[in-house]
Amino acid sequence: MPDLHDLYAAFRQIGEDPAPILAPDTAHLVAQGQRLVSRQSIPGVRIEAESGEAGILARVEVAAGLVIPRPVHLCFGIFEPCGDQNVALVISLGPASRAEFWSHCLFTLPERARHAMDARVDLLPGARLDYREAHYHGLSGGIEVVARARVRVGEGARYRADFTLVQGRVGRLDLDYEVEVGTRASAELLSKVYGRMTDEIAIREGVRLNGEGARGLVKTRVAVEDEAQARIIGATYGNAAGARGHVDCLEIVRDRAVASAVPEVRVSHPQAKVTHEAAIGSVDERQVDALMARGLSPAEAVDRIVLGMLG
Amino acid sequence: MTRLLDVAGLGLSLGGRAILWDVDLALGEGELHVLLGANGAGKSSLAYCLMGCTGYPPDAGRMRFAGHELGDLPLHERARLGLALAWQEPARFEGLRVSDYLALGARTDPGDCLARVGLPPADYLPRLLDKTLSGGERKRIELAGVLALRPRLAILDEPTAGIDFLSQEEIAHVIQTLRAEGAVLLITHQENLAAGADSASQLCGGRIVCRGEPARVIAAFKARSCQRCDGETCDREASP
Repeated sequence: MPDLHDLYAAFRQIGEDPAPILAPDTAHLVAQGQRLVSRQSIPGVRIEAESGEAGILARVEVAAGLVIPRPVHLCFGIFEPCGDQNVALVISLGPASRAEFWSHCLFTLPERARHAMDARVDLLPGARLDYREAHYHGLSGGIEVVARARVRVGEGARYRADFTLVQGRVGRLDLDYEVEVGTRASAELLSKVYGRMTDEIAIREGVRLNGEGARGLVKTRVAVEDEAQARIIGATYGNAAGARGHVDCLEIVRDRAVASAVPEVRVSHPQAKVTHEAAIGSVDERQVDALMARGLSPAEAVDRIVLGMLG
Repeated sequence: MTRLLDVAGLGLSLGGRAILWDVDLALGEGELHVLLGANGAGKSSLAYCLMGCTGYPPDAGRMRFAGHELGDLPLHERARLGLALAWQEPARFEGLRVSDYLALGARTDPGDCLARVGLPPADYLPRLLDKTLSGGERKRIELAGVLALRPRLAILDEPTAGIDFLSQEEIAHVIQTLRAEGAVLLITHQENLAAGADSASQLCGGRIVCRGEPARVIAAFKARSCQRCDGETCDREASP
C-alpha cells in the first residue's frame, strides 16, 4: 500500500520506528489527508472509520473494564506539498477501562497544509485515559493546525492530555480544549509549544470542575523567538464542593517575539479553590549563569533551558 | 605556594550603591581560604564578581587567575580556565536531569561525586533538578557538580547552610578534596570549617578589614573588633 510507504518514510524522518504501531496486536488508525489508510481493531478496542469529501470520521471505543497493554496509535499526516485534513474523532472509554492513546501528527513534508481536528472524548466512571499528541512539522511555516476537543470525565475517572509541538515550525496553531470534570474525577492538561520566526500560537485550555472533589491542572509551557506570537488562556472553573484546580503557565520570550498569558479563574462554590501562576519573560539569568559556570556558552545555556522546559 | 588568584583594588557598585571597596585577595595553589563577614558584608557579591556572573561587573581593580587577566572574560570562559562556583541558593531547572547537569563540563564520574556528598547515585542521577528536590539535596548536588568539574579554584558559598547535621562531615571531606585538587575560597558561618582553613579574611561593609591566620580573624570577628564599623556592622551576626 503506497500510503504506508509514505508513513514509514515520515516516521523515519522523525527518527521513530512505525513497526510497533502497525503490529497485529495494536489498535491503530492511519489517515493521510482526507483518506483513511488503515485501521485496526483489537479485542475490546473497536475502531470504526470512514472517509469522504468532508474528511475522516472515526470512532474509537474501549470496552468496560479493559486495560489495554499497548497504546492505541492514531496517525494523521499529509505527505504531499499541500493539502487539507479534517478529522472528526469520537473516543469513548467504558467504565473502569484504562488506555493510552498516542496521536502522531506528521506534517514534515507539506509547504502548505491545514489539519483540523474536532474531538469528542467521553470517559465513563472510573476510566483512565492518557492522551499524548505529538506534532512534527517541517520548516515551511505553512502548516495550520486547528484542534478542538470537548472532553467529559465521569465520576472517579482520570484524564491526562499531553500536547507537544516543538519540532519544526508551528506555522499557525489554534488549540481549544474544554474539559468537564465530574465527581472525584481529575483532568491534567499539559501543552508544550516552541514558536519561531512568524509562527502564531493561540491556546485555550479550560477545565470545569463540576463534580464534588474534582481536580484539575492546566499546565502550559511555551517558548517563542524571532517574531513569533503566542496567546495563552488557561481557564479553570471551580463549581463544586472540594473542587481544586490550578493553572500554571510559563512562557519564555526571546528576540522580538510577543507572548501573553491570561489565566481565567472562576469559583462558584464556597468550598472550591482554584489557584494560578503565570510567568512570562526572558530566560532566568541565574539559570543561564549556572549553566555557563559549567562551561556552556550563553547561547548553549539558553537552548538547554528552553529545551528542558519543553522536553 | 604558587599564586593562583590575585585580586587587587576590586570595587563593585550595584544600583548606585558601593558593594565592594578596594578588595585585595590572594590565594595560592592548595590553599583553603575562608571569607568571613556579617550578612550583607559583600561575601557573595565578591564570589559572583570573581566568577563573572551577570550583573556583577567590577568598576575598579583587577583580577588575575592562573596567569590570565579575568577582566571582561565571560563566565563560561572563566569556568573553562578552572574557576567554579557552588551557589548559596543553586538554580533549579524544569526538564533537566541531575545526570545531565552534572555531566556538563565533568572531568570525573558524576555518580562518584554524588556518593561523596552522601547522595546515592542510582536514586539521584535520574531525578529532575527542579523543585521536587529539597534545598539541602539541591545544595549537595551543587557541591557534587563542583567536584565533578575538578576545578583549579572552587568558590563555595555557604556550602553547609541548609545541610542536615549528619552530612556536615561529608561536606567537610569534600572541601578538603577540592583543596587537595586545586584551591578553595570558602564562604561560611561555620566556625569549625573556618578554623580548618589555611588563611582567612573578614569582609565588613564591602571592605576587607582583617586578614591572616583563621584563629585570629575568627577571634576578631567574634570580638566585634572591626575598626571600620566599631563592631556595629559586624555585630549583625554574633559569630561566624
